Order: sequence, then structure tokens, then C-alpha cells
Amino acid sequence: MDLLLINWAVFTEKLILIIAVVSGSLVIAMYSTYAERKVAAILQDRKGPNRAGPFGLFQPLADGLKLFFKEEIIPNFSSKFLFILGPCLAMLTAMMIGAVIPWGNMLHFFGRNISLQIADVNIGILYVFGVVSMGVYGIMIGGWASNNKFSLFGALRAASQIISYELAMGLALIALLMVTGTLSLKEMVGQQMDSYWNFFKQPLGFLIFLICAFAECNRTPFDLAEAENELVGGYHTEYSSMKLGFYLFAEYINMFLSSAVMVSLFFGGYDIPFLNDTALITKIGVNWVTIIQSVILFMKIAGFLFLFMWVRWTIPRFRYDQLMNLGWKILIPLSLFNMMITGALILLKQNHWHF
Amino acid sequence: MQALTNRVKVVSRKPMTFWERMYLPAIFKGMAITFSHIFKKDPTISYPEQKRPFSPVFRGLQILNRDEEGRERCTACGLCAVACPAEAITMEAAERQPGQEHLYREEKYAAKYEINMLRCIFCGLCEEACPKDAVYLSETFAPSNFQRKGFIYGKDDMLIPDPKQDPEGYKKALGSRAKHPEGHGNEH
Repeated sequence: MDLLLINWAVFTEKLILIIAVVSGSLVIAMYSTYAERKVAAILQDRKGPNRAGPFGLFQPLADGLKLFFKEEIIPNFSSKFLFILGPCLAMLTAMMIGAVIPWGNMLHFFGRNISLQIADVNIGILYVFGVVSMGVYGIMIGGWASNNKFSLFGALRAASQIISYELAMGLALIALLMVTGTLSLKEMVGQQMDSYWNFFKQPLGFLIFLICAFAECNRTPFDLAEAENELVGGYHTEYSSMKLGFYLFAEYINMFLSSAVMVSLFFGGYDIPFLNDTALITKIGVNWVTIIQSVILFMKIAGFLFLFMWVRWTIPRFRYDQLMNLGWKILIPLSLFNMMITGALILLKQNHWHF
Repeated sequence: MQALTNRVKVVSRKPMTFWERMYLPAIFKGMAITFSHIFKKDPTISYPEQKRPFSPVFRGLQILNRDEEGRERCTACGLCAVACPAEAITMEAAERQPGQEHLYREEKYAAKYEINMLRCIFCGLCEEACPKDAVYLSETFAPSNFQRKGFIYGKDDMLIPDPKQDPEGYKKALGSRAKHPEGHGNEH
């Protein structure tokens, strides 16, 4: 019977956390559209949005409002159910990754330790992979349901691209898992707090993972799925109003959460750099340290978001064959090589550096 | 083959070296270039707040001038309308009645003076044609409008503020292009 009893304290605590994470990632996605435009403008010696509110800060609200007031068109020849399901799925899968990311250590309130992670699944990173590969369904279904050649092309490109790059991503991650020996994101962060960040142990793995993350998010230079000069708008050609908004929004949420995953995997998650966190806890208390850690985490994520934008406004889009060549002929052998080297080094270390 | 000019640029068709094929160095180089643009000044002029200074010979909207006593200079001779290549100017003359000497400088004045700013090509020939120095081109341009008739500027749109009652507005409207009050625009 114990299994059926609901622990209301845990329930409310998790509910609050879920609401916070979901609304937080929505707000961050909203403002990354603003940041994207601002970064693009600054990199191109322009001013960017600066009319709506101070420094144009209300621009995302204006954009959202515009999308909401646009006419919602469902094409006659589309399959309606799938047409609506597409953006919903894209949004849903984008939000689901947030569940396993440790947003901070723990807060101590009302005599309870509240972990700032919605679900500490012991297969955390596998869950991320599962959800990420589901992300392609949103694009695939949307593109197929539109019943339009260009949309279908975009969807096909997205699907094949995500599948090809997932392989390299997984292989790059295996090397990391060999080093960490755990699949739980929280444990990985814990290990990095005590020693070096995984980036220094797996620089090549990180590079491959980063490139694959760009590809998985459908960001330039891998945004072939929505190449506007070849495919009109790619998979979202037929979409209008907030359904289009959902697709665009899902991209930014994906970007935010994949930055969070990368930070957790390779850059110590919520670890405060150059500081012994456990020593700090005894000095100023758990709650303050956790807040500082979360702020640090968000700063690291912001750095990655900037990298995403910086790359977008620097590198032109790949041609399709180049994309496939890079994925299959370069990244996969490279990640296999990385895996081999890592395995050899681990074995050597176990053997106390004797051959 | 010998080059015909010294401007020939030989295109290298060599296969890429390993360093070049790695692609990443080139990416880092490109990213450094875009990053350096963060520190560059952007040349944007935020228009309604900041205005680009016009060149001293800029020809903008016409202004109907007054003399230093605040009387309208225009005598409705019609030379500007004749000179106008776009036929943008229309006017109706009227005779100055006794007691209106403080309003109009000459015995004849323009009761109606209209310029269609959509037709006007801002060539400045009206300014050159005017023997009374009554019309000249200012340093502003016509603001946008929703209707065509909004671009037909009448006397009340173009007449300069009275220098006696509103000396500051007069000076502002006069701008730096103004000729000195008694000089004529067409001495040359």
C-alpha cells in the first residue's frame, strides 16, 4: 500500500519545481530570441531591436503578440490532426529534457532538503538521448502533414540529419561515460565538483558533442531543414500564427536545454569554478551556496547560448552532401578513435601506467 | 601562357592541405572576425532622435519668406510657377487693400500659394527664379502622409514664422541656407 500513498510534501515540491523549470525555460527561450537578434545586430555593426521598451526589452512580447493575432491557417490538403500534433510534439519534447538536468544542489527549507532536479533518474543521459531523438517526430510529422513538397523535403533532411548526428553524439558520449562511470547527470556533476571538469578529460569528445548538438538543434550551420533559400521555409512552410511560433520557440528551448546538458556533462554543471563548494557551505549555509551555484550554472548556459548565436552569425550553411560527409565520414570515425584512446588510457591507468 | 595585363590573379587549384581540410582553424578565424565586430562602432543613426546633418547645399521643402518687418515677400508674379519643370506650383494673386501694408510687402500678393510636394523635384529653380527672394528651399523634407492631398502644401504650411513675433522660430526655419535678408538669390 505504501506505493500508492502520495507524499504530498514531495508532490508539491516537485510540482513547484516543474512549474519553475517550464516557465523558466519558456522565459529564457523568449529572451533568447531577443538575444539572438541583439547578438546578430552587434556582430554585424547594427543596433538590433531597440524600439519596444527600454533597449527593446519588450520585443519578445511584441513578437509573441503578433504571432497570436495572425490568422491561423490549416491547409486544405493537410491531415489536420497531425498538422496540429507536429508543433505540440516539438514543444513537448523540447521541454522534457529539462526534467533530468540538475539546476542546483539542494535547498534547505522547512527542515527538508529539496533537490533542485525534477527527477534524478539513474539513466539521466540516456533519457536525454531518448527525448532528443523524439524531437525529430515534431519536425517529421509537421513536414509530412503539411502535404507540401518543400515541407516534406525539410522534414526528410531534418530526420536524416538528426539520425546521422545522433550516432556520433552517442559515440562521443560513450567515451565520457567510460571516464565518469555513471549515467546520472547529478553524479556526473558531483564528480566534476571534486576534480577537474570533464572538458579537460574529454576535449575531443566535447568538440564532437558540441558539433552534434548544433546539428540536433537544427541551428546554423546545420539548419538545412529550414533552408529558406532552397526550401521556402522547410518543414514550417505551411505553418502560421502560434503554431509557427511553437516551432521557432521549440528551437530556442532546445538550444537552452542542450546548453544545459553540455554544461552539466562537460563544464561542471552548477560547480563554482576555482572554489571548494563544500568549504563554502560551512561558511555561508546551504541555501546561499545553492543560489550562487544556480546563478553560475545559468551564466555558463548563457555563455553557450552566446556561442550558439556567435556560430550562427559566422558560419554559412553546409551543403547537404557536406553535412552527411561530416557526420558519417569524419565525426563517427573521430568519436570511435576518441573512444579507443580513452579506453586505452583508462586501462593504462588501472595498470598503474605500465604496458 | 603569358598574361596580357598585370592585373591577372592566378587562382590556385591545389587540393587543400590537411590543416585546411580540418576546417576548424578557418572557423575560429571567422569567429574571431565576427567577435571583433562587437567592439566596432555601428554607423547607425537612430533617426527620429538623431538626425543626419544635411549638406549645406541640401534642397528641401520650400519656405515662403517674410521680410524683417514680418511682411510676406511674395508678390505672386508667377515666375516660380513658370520656372518649375515639374509644374508643381499654383498660385492665385490678390490686390493688397489699404490697411494691409503690415501684412504684404508689395501691392500684389499671393492669396493662394500651393506646391504639390509629390510633383516637386526639389531642383531649386523656383528659388533661383524668384526676384523677391520670397521662396527658397529649406533644410527639411516632407514628412510622410496617408493621403495625397496631405502633400499639397499651402501657404500656412510654408510661410515662415513672423520674425517679430517669433524670432526663434523664424531663425530656425530660415536655417543656414538662408540668404541675407536684402540680398537676392540671383545676383550671379
